[in-house]
Amino acid sequence: MIRIATRVLSIAAVLGVTWACAEPPASPTSAAPTSTEPLRWGGDAEGGAPFVEADAAAPTRVRGFDVEIATMIAQGLGREPQFVQVAWASIEQSLARGDFTIGMSGLEDRPALHERFAVSLPYYEFREVLAVRATDSARIHTMADLRGRRVGTLGATMAWEMVLAAKSTHGVVPVSYDDDVHPYSDLAGGRVDAVLLDHVLAERSLRRIGGFVIQPEAVARGHYVAVLAARDSALRDTVNATLRARMRDGSLERVFRSWNVWDAEQAAFQQQVLRDSVASNETRTARRDTVALIATYLPALLRAAVITLLLSVLAMALAVTIGIGLAAGRVYGARPLRILITAYVEIIRGTPVLLQLFVLYYGLSDVVRLPAFAAAVIGLGLNYAAYESEIYRAALEAIPTLQLEAARTLGLSEVQILRLVRGPQALRLALAPMTNDFVALLKDSSLVSVITVVELTKQTAIYATNAGSWAIPGALCALVYLAMSLPLSRMARRLEQRWRIA
Amino acid sequence: MSRESALPESALPESALREVALREVALRVRALHAGHGERAILRGLDLEVAEGEVCAVMGVSGAGKTTVLRVVAALQPFSSGTVEISGVALQPGAVPPESQLRALRRRVGVVFQSHALFEHLTALENIMLAPVHALGQSRVEAAATATRLLEALGVSARANAYPRQLSGGEAQRVAIARALAPDPQLLLMDEPTSALDPARRSALGESVRVLAAQGRGLLIVTHDAEFARSYADRVVVLSHGTVVEQGPASQVLTQPTHDATRELLS
Repeated sequence: MIRIATRVLSIAAVLGVTWACAEPPASPTSAAPTSTEPLRWGGDAEGGAPFVEADAAAPTRVRGFDVEIATMIAQGLGREPQFVQVAWASIEQSLARGDFTIGMSGLEDRPALHERFAVSLPYYEFREVLAVRATDSARIHTMADLRGRRVGTLGATMAWEMVLAAKSTHGVVPVSYDDDVHPYSDLAGGRVDAVLLDHVLAERSLRRIGGFVIQPEAVARGHYVAVLAARDSALRDTVNATLRARMRDGSLERVFRSWNVWDAEQAAFQQQVLRDSVASNETRTARRDTVALIATYLPALLRAAVITLLLSVLAMALAVTIGIGLAAGRVYGARPLRILITAYVEIIRGTPVLLQLFVLYYGLSDVVRLPAFAAAVIGLGLNYAAYESEIYRAALEAIPTLQLEAARTLGLSEVQILRLVRGPQALRLALAPMTNDFVALLKDSSLVSVITVVELTKQTAIYATNAGSWAIPGALCALVYLAMSLPLSRMARRLEQRWRIA
Repeated sequence: MSRESALPESALPESALREVALREVALRVRALHAGHGERAILRGLDLEVAEGEVCAVMGVSGAGKTTVLRVVAALQPFSSGTVEISGVALQPGAVPPESQLRALRRRVGVVFQSHALFEHLTALENIMLAPVHALGQSRVEAAATATRLLEALGVSARANAYPRQLSGGEAQRVAIARALAPDPQLLLMDEPTSALDPARRSALGESVRVLAAQGRGLLIVTHDAEFARSYADRVVVLSHGTVVEQGPASQVLTQPTHDATRELLS
């Protein structure tokens, strides 16, 4: 399982780099002469060690146990490995559209995978383990011990499915993350009460962050596999042969040992794999039918849409309120205030809202520990307030001086003029751009999934992974977004028409 | 002060004429200097308008007509001289904040050339705005006054229309009603006839006479000599920021003595 470690920082590094090829063979197997084209394999270097990480010494290269296994597989085929960077959650989609031949980056085996792809034999067994704060270690051992508690994990993973299942069976509160670092920092900080993830990630975080303990009991077991296109089942069989050979000759063990993820259980697991190697690889053809799929997903998508709508409406209300204040301050305020407001507007507009959300939720968590939904509303609200204030300022300044002078000659105070004459007229000018912004906000609200709020897009992504396809979840999601934004645009147009007279 | 404090309870046309002897000064301007930056526009201007008097200010473009009006309405600063409106004095220098202009605002009404009605409010709401929010009248009271004013000016049928739905003449009458709603002693009008056809122009003239008859002073900036001759008591001719000729309208406009006046009439 691989994911974003320090997303904001690593995005820049990953985007800036064209991955040329993987690290040269680290295992002692003979280098077969390469006569054919390179073997393109897809993985996510944002996930980091021990799976795939950028080599600190040569950042255009990658290293990790998945890199070394990919190299073994390529050598088994007599080809040169070539790494293709792809976001972990998109590995299957990217494989399906033919970006590379093999996908492997801590990919979890699950039944849905076999419906669409040729799946290799499992090459590593992981344990889903619970991480808890030291003070809870005596009390919490299983999901049943977590009734009413918040359990964090990565969205769209086996662990996430388990936490969701535990929601109905044990009444736990699932909290979804987009990366594998923040669940543990939030655990240490008290935002969640437990984290369910595989032991590789749990142990990595324990080394890096600390502040929690890993319960020894395995809540479940899962396997990492490599995936190939369904039509490549023959190639998959060759891959399996290579993997079995490397299990037998111990080179796979050496790789895992060198990345500190080998233990006695792996040895038993490899023996098991070698014993029943034939049985496990048939491609299942049963596909869930479309109607049933929609019926399963639609209610949850609609619930997620309510979250999206609620979030957008609250954030917009906040943005409008603060935006009006900022605009008034900028039009009427003294010079220091105007400079201050201008600085705020420029900083907010000049930095990504994603960064602002991260800072608000994680960066300030030592100062103020906001609940995720509140942080989402405040983050988006503060961000959009900057844009709204510019709209209102322009609208206020567009009201003809003569209207203001006429109001003054009637004996209205400046505040009354703003409230009764300038403001209402400016509002009419601001309506169209405001509607625009609200529709944009509706869609930008999908960004808050990075701070654990599961809204419409996140829910769709979870289903898409689950269904192994974006086609139906994507279409449903688009329809729900349109169902929210179109009536709004229509209402705004009507109001505009009415105001054309008044 | 012999004027009724409230608006004409009787409709405008029935108001009684005031005795000339009872008139007090509604506006007194002495040695007024004003300009835009370095450029002097008014150079020592003297002007008086008595209560019950219609005073037409005339002059070619750039003579300073509109500047006089804007200074008296406290929309523009002046550098020296005195401006007194029914006992309230304006000081030279920057225009004071609105909070210090309350007394002046109640005494001076302004009708702008382009009427400047508030586009988002109906005719009635435009007229009610000042009484309700500046004078603290109840909405019922303000609506009654506004309705009376619209009736008196012959536009009561348009009470619920928005400014964009009004003709030029209707809009102007609503603007006059709006300026009159706080019951000012002095009414300033900027080029009131510029957008009117002849029939509406004489109707406006009649209204102006009635307003004067109620004891208000009217200062009307106009380039319409025919209108001034017919409805003004007195004509003041400006040239280069000073008064070059003034007197009864009939006299100034039929026997001009100054070149500026002759130029206006040619």
